[in-house]
Amino acid sequence: MAPSGSPKGSLEPKASASPMDRLAGLALAPVHLIMGLADKPLRAWQKRTGIGGMALFFLAPNMLIFGMFVLLPIVINIVYSLTGGTALFLSERSFVGLDQYRQLFNCANYLDAMTCQEDAFWTSLDNTFWFVVLQVTLMILASLITALILNRELAARSFWRAVFFFPVLLSPVVVGLIWKWILQRQGLLNFTLLPFGFEPHTWLSDRGFAFGAAVGVSIWAHMGFYTLILLAGLQAIPKDLYEAAQMDGTRPARIFWRITLPLLMPNLLVVVVLALIKAVQVFDEVFILTGGGPGTSTLFLTQYIYETGFVSQPRNAGLAAAASILMGLVLVVLTLIQLGVGRKNEAKGKR
Amino acid sequence: MALKSLLAASALTLMTTTAHAGDVRIMWYSDGIEGEVFQDLVSRFMKDNPGINVIVDNVAYSVIKEQLPVQLEAGNGPDIARVTAIKDLAKHWLDLRPLVSNAAYWDENFGANADWMRPDGSNQISGFMTQLTLTGGFANKTLFEQAGVALPGPKATWAEWAAAAKKVAASQQIPYPMALDRSGHRITAPNISYGANYVGADGKPAKLDAGAKAYLGQFIGWTKDGTMSKDVWVSAAGQSYRAAADDFINGQVAFYYAGSWQIPNFAKKIGSNFDWVATGSPCGPTSCTGLPGGAALVAVKYTKNPKDVAKVMEYLSSETVVKEFSERTLFLPAHKGVIAKGVSFKSDSQLVKDALNTFVGASKSTADAAQKMPGWRWSDTLYGAIVTRTAQAVAGEMTAEEAFTRIDSDVADKVKASGL
Repeated sequence: MAPSGSPKGSLEPKASASPMDRLAGLALAPVHLIMGLADKPLRAWQKRTGIGGMALFFLAPNMLIFGMFVLLPIVINIVYSLTGGTALFLSERSFVGLDQYRQLFNCANYLDAMTCQEDAFWTSLDNTFWFVVLQVTLMILASLITALILNRELAARSFWRAVFFFPVLLSPVVVGLIWKWILQRQGLLNFTLLPFGFEPHTWLSDRGFAFGAAVGVSIWAHMGFYTLILLAGLQAIPKDLYEAAQMDGTRPARIFWRITLPLLMPNLLVVVVLALIKAVQVFDEVFILTGGGPGTSTLFLTQYIYETGFVSQPRNAGLAAAASILMGLVLVVLTLIQLGVGRKNEAKGKR
Repeated sequence: MALKSLLAASALTLMTTTAHAGDVRIMWYSDGIEGEVFQDLVSRFMKDNPGINVIVDNVAYSVIKEQLPVQLEAGNGPDIARVTAIKDLAKHWLDLRPLVSNAAYWDENFGANADWMRPDGSNQISGFMTQLTLTGGFANKTLFEQAGVALPGPKATWAEWAAAAKKVAASQQIPYPMALDRSGHRITAPNISYGANYVGADGKPAKLDAGAKAYLGQFIGWTKDGTMSKDVWVSAAGQSYRAAADDFINGQVAFYYAGSWQIPNFAKKIGSNFDWVATGSPCGPTSCTGLPGGAALVAVKYTKNPKDVAKVMEYLSSETVVKEFSERTLFLPAHKGVIAKGVSFKSDSQLVKDALNTFVGASKSTADAAQKMPGWRWSDTLYGAIVTRTAQAVAGEMTAEEAFTRIDSDVADKVKASGL
C-alpha cells in the first residue's frame, strides 16, 4: 500500500538531491499520482468490506479472465450440446434437448461400436481407452527405469539426462512430422532396412503398427517430463536409508521394493494421474502422424470431436459439444482423483 | 489492466479493418502463381481508378475454408473473396445485378455457372468463376513406354486402364499401378460414369444407387488387390482430403486420377524428370465424364462499398482481363466469349499445352449429372460420407456392403441434423 503522508512530498526537489534522484522522482511522478488517486477509494472500500473485500478486489481481474475464457465457454458448450442445426450463433440454433446425447448413446450393443448410430464416437472411445492403458503403463515403466538409471553414478550423467528430456522441448507437430518421415514408404526406416533385404513396407498403413507407433511416439515425446519428476523424487530419498540397508546386506531387489518404491509412491501417483489426463487428451502428434488412419484405428476422442465440429460437412457443432462434455466428465473424474491424491499426501506430511 | 489493454488492442484492430470509403478488400488464396498475376491486374485497375483502393489479402486456403464461413456467419468478412464452397455460402453473396452496368454480359458469358453460386431459385449475379476445373487422369508416359505398354485410347474404360497400369507397374517395379485422391469429389466422377445419380426426386440426397455401388465396390476391390493405391486412402480417418500427387510426381504411379488444377503443379515439380500426359476421364458403362468444379470470385453482402465493389468486379470479369488471367495462370477459363475465341496458354512446355487441350476437349463429354453437382446443396455432404466409409472399407474395417449402408444412414443423419 502507498505510504502514509502526501505522495507529493517525494516530488519536491531537495537542495541536496543529485540530478539522478531528481530524474527518478520525475519518472515516478505519474506512478505516485495514480497511487494517490487509487489510495482514497481503496481505503474506503477496505473500511466498508474488510479484508475479504480487498481480496475480492485483487482477485477480480483474474476471475474475470478465468470466467471469460474458462467458465463461460463451459456454459456455452453445455448449451450448444442441447441445440441442433448448422448455424453458428446460438440464437439461430434450435433447441433439441438431449437429442445429441441420445444420438451418441444410440447403440444396439455397447460392446460393438458398429451397432451404434455414431459408431465413430464409440470406436474413438475404445481406441482412447486402449491408448490410455497402454501408453500410461508403458510410459510410467519406461520413465521409472530411466529415472533409476539416471540416478546412479554414471559417466556423462548430465548429458544423458538432457538426451531423455530433449523430445519434451519439441512441438508436437514436429514430433509427428519427424516420425512420419521415418515411417513412411520412402522413409528412413525402410531406407535403413533395404540393405538387409527387406522390401519397403508402408508401416503406417498397417493397423497394428500404426496404433503401436501412436503409443510409441507419444511415449518418446512425453516420457522425459515424467522421468524428471521421478528423478527429483528419487533424489529426495535420504541416502542414510540406503547405507543402512547396505550394512545389513540387503539384496538390491529388496531395497527397491522396501525403500525406493514406497518412498517414491507420492511422486509416482502424481505422475500416473498427470499422464492419464494427458493421454485421454491425445491429439496433436498422432493427428499429424496417422491422421486417425488406417481406417479408424488411431482415431481418438479429441479428433472425433474436431472432425464432427469442424471438418465434416455440414458441421455438427451440437454433437461435437455433447461429445466434448462427455470427455470433460472423464477428465473431471481424473482431476478429482489427482486432487485427492495430493490432499492425502499433504495429510501424511502433517502427521 | 491486462483486460483493458486487451480490449483496447482489439478495438484498434477492429478500427483498422473497418473499410474506409473507396476501400475494397479482397480475400484471395493461391494454388500456384495466380496471386502474382492477380495483383498485377489489380494494380492496373487502381492506376486507372485512383478513387478506389483495392487491398488484396493473400491467405492460405484453409483460412478460406475454415475462417471465412465463420466471419460471414457473423456478418463480417472481406468485400470480395475467392472461394470454392460457393453454393454452401450463397446466402452471404451480394447481388450484383442492380449494380453492374451490363447484366446481360454476365448472363451471356457466366450464365452457365451462375447457379453454382446463388441461392436456389434466384437470378442473382454473385460473381464469376476465376477458373473451371475438371477431374481427369494423368499417365506417366515414360513408364508406359519403358514397359512397352500402349497408352489406352480416349474411349478406354476404367477396367482397361487398370489392366494396362498393372502391366506397367509389374514391368517397372513401381508400388502403385493407379492412384485416386482421397476425396469424395474425385471418386464421384467415375461413380457417375458408372451411372450414379445422387440427387433424389425431392432435390435431397437419394440412397446410393446401383451405379455408385458398382464403382465403389470395384474401387474397394482394386485397393485390396493392389491395382489402386490403398495408402492414400488409409492415411487419415474421417473426411480429410489427401492427394496422391506426390506419388505421381515421384514416379511411383502409372495412372493418377486428379484434375486440371494439377497441371501447373506438375509442370513445376516434374519438370523434365519424365513425360506425362493428361488422359481425360476413363469410361464407365454410361459415360466418360469428369466432375467440373472450380473457384469463384464473389462479392460479399456485408460490404460498405457495393458500388466500388461492382466496379472492381466488372473490371475483373471483363473479357480481356479474364483472357489474360487464364493465359498467364494456365487455368481453364469459364467465360463463354473467351472460350469461343480460344486462349493461348503462356507456357514453353508442350506437355502442359497438350494437357490443357486434353482437358478442354474432355469438358465436352461431361455428363449432365456431373454438371449438376457443383450447384447442388448436398454434394459436400455426400462426398464426406463416401470418403469416410469407403476409406474404412479400404482399411478392412467393414465390407463394401456395410459401407454402402453406412453412407446412406450417415447422409440421412446429416440431412436431419441440418434441420433443412
